[in-house]
Amino acid sequence: MTTGLFFTQLLNGLQLGVLLFLLSAGLTLVFGIMNVVNLAHGSLYMMGAYFAAAGFNAFDGSFLAAALFAVPGTLLLGLLIERIVLANLYQRDHLDQVLATFGLILFFNEVVRFVWGASSVYMNVPSWLSGTVNLFGLPYPSYRFAIIAVGLAVGVGLYALINRTRVGMLIRAGASNPDMVSALGVNIKGLNTLVFGLGAALAGLAGLMAGPIVSVQAGMGEPILILTLVVIVTGGIGSIRGAFYGALIVGIVDTIGRAFLPTLLRELFDRSVAQAVGPAIASMLIYLLMAAVLALKPQGLFPVKHG
Amino acid sequence: MIRSTVRGAAALALAAAALGSAQAQAPIKIGFMAELSGPQGALGQDQYDAFMMVVERNGGKLGGVPVQVIREDSQLKPDVATQIVQKLIERENVPIITGVTFSNIMMAVHKPITEKGVFLIGSNAGPAPIAGAQCSPYQFITSWQNDNQAEVVGKYATDKGYKRVIGMAPNYQAGKDFIAGFKRMYKGEVIDEIYTPLNQPDFSAELAQVAAKNPDAVYVFYPGGLGVNFVRQYQQAGLLGKIPLLSSSTTDGSTLPAQKETALGVISGTFWGPDFDNPVNKQFVEEFEKKFNRIPSQYAAQSYDAALLLDSAIAKVKGNVADKQAFGAALKAADFKSVRGDFKFGNNHFPIQDQHIFEVAKDAKGRVSLKTIATPLKAHVDAYASLCKM
Repeated sequence: MTTGLFFTQLLNGLQLGVLLFLLSAGLTLVFGIMNVVNLAHGSLYMMGAYFAAAGFNAFDGSFLAAALFAVPGTLLLGLLIERIVLANLYQRDHLDQVLATFGLILFFNEVVRFVWGASSVYMNVPSWLSGTVNLFGLPYPSYRFAIIAVGLAVGVGLYALINRTRVGMLIRAGASNPDMVSALGVNIKGLNTLVFGLGAALAGLAGLMAGPIVSVQAGMGEPILILTLVVIVTGGIGSIRGAFYGALIVGIVDTIGRAFLPTLLRELFDRSVAQAVGPAIASMLIYLLMAAVLALKPQGLFPVKHG
Repeated sequence: MIRSTVRGAAALALAAAALGSAQAQAPIKIGFMAELSGPQGALGQDQYDAFMMVVERNGGKLGGVPVQVIREDSQLKPDVATQIVQKLIERENVPIITGVTFSNIMMAVHKPITEKGVFLIGSNAGPAPIAGAQCSPYQFITSWQNDNQAEVVGKYATDKGYKRVIGMAPNYQAGKDFIAGFKRMYKGEVIDEIYTPLNQPDFSAELAQVAAKNPDAVYVFYPGGLGVNFVRQYQQAGLLGKIPLLSSSTTDGSTLPAQKETALGVISGTFWGPDFDNPVNKQFVEEFEKKFNRIPSQYAAQSYDAALLLDSAIAKVKGNVADKQAFGAALKAADFKSVRGDFKFGNNHFPIQDQHIFEVAKDAKGRVSLKTIATPLKAHVDAYASLCKM
């Protein structure tokens, strides 16, 4: 196991992590401030990927067109969902919210099957990013570097927004004590819509970035939604910092685990055992991590301080 | 009052039908069941289109006898497939069922079909149990035995002198079967077998490992959407020109339209390619492209041959498929010219055929397609034929 390989896997984990961060930032704010469980967040990611693919294929391979379709498109979609479905659910029990947003998942899966057909849709990596960079002698796709760059830029931007602007101050206050914020005369409805729209746009951005790597198909939102939920639970609900570090931890643990655990097991056990057991345990690692965090620090690793 | 009117109408209809059937031969009902929805629907659709192309070309007949093809979608659910088969046999009284795309569906419906004496003309799935101990005289498979597509690539890898190969497949039964089939014929060293979760779309971690180990070649089995993702990511990681990519069922007519140029140079192994130079195949490919505006996949070719097989057998028994002895013998004789050249059934009613190696390349019209480059296995008998008592 060379340093080159280890470093490459670390980068892969970082790339998965920033993708998860884009998704979990929105979800954690929605859960933390609006106290709404939004399972349809994965569907927003899926719609972002579909809009991006539609824009890409309609404008003859233009990534810019894909971006213009994906991010504003998901933002609008998010606002529509918030106004039509979620506005009625703020006062309701979490279970009712789960039921309603689960219904949205099913709805969106059928909509994409209806509009784009049952087979997968594909978009390519933009030609100016389709090469590889040489990393310690191993090739690493430039596009994945771009994903990391975009994710980190979004992280910095969110940090500036949350910590350095007035709106960010209101968001932090809302995460800490939503009733007090409302009592102080802030338009909490407007704030909620803004937060939800921001989350939706980020999910759309994640869909746009992931589109060229994975196949865009109905139901692609669910696996990533599960990972996102693991991230926000591990990081701490309502906390952007928790979403950031949680996403990086989950991304890196999952990737390093998948990459090196089977090899490690083969050193300790007989080959056929390692081959049977290795992939299974590797995919369980992040859930074990989440369980451990919940057992030791139930509020998450970087919880919001509730005043 | 309405009830008596309905009864009267029913009586009239029955009489008319009796009169009608006395004059014309009743059409032979053929049940066609395949995956026709979801991402795997592309395979079943190819099977159906090719089958119906033969039927329509003959004016709705096979073997000179009118046929009625009942189209059913098994939705990749074994319980749905079993219900469909029961309905076809008990309500529609079909003597023949064809299609059957996936192996898990085949394992669910094989016994219910064959134990009722209904002929099963399978045109895709060929799982090991039915090639071996569970074989039935009522089964006739026009595709291949699942392991064949892996075995031919294993032989090719040995012939090319690759000493160190990494195998990759999804972590389920078919994935393990394909890697095992490859190892059966490959005489070099498989330095690693990587099984990825079935729903994992991103192979970056595994591809980094492959790059680090730098094998002589990589052998993969990633069907459908997984195949599209894998090949694209293999190319994005810069591995496509450096480490030869050998595959089964990963670059075929169903995935090439999405993979396009990213798959150029990938090697695959199967029994048929669109560039086969015999008159039956030339006619098949030309007609299919003209009618459906896409290059036929091997799944279409398999189903086309199933229709030709039924055409020849029904003609031999002059439409009397109720005589199961004679019809079975006519099917076994396989007296037709296939898109793959000559066609012969083995003792387990699986084809004994050549297996070829293909490379993804542009054809004469500049489209991404498969080019035949080698025939490592000639008249290959599958590994389970000796276990079949027929």
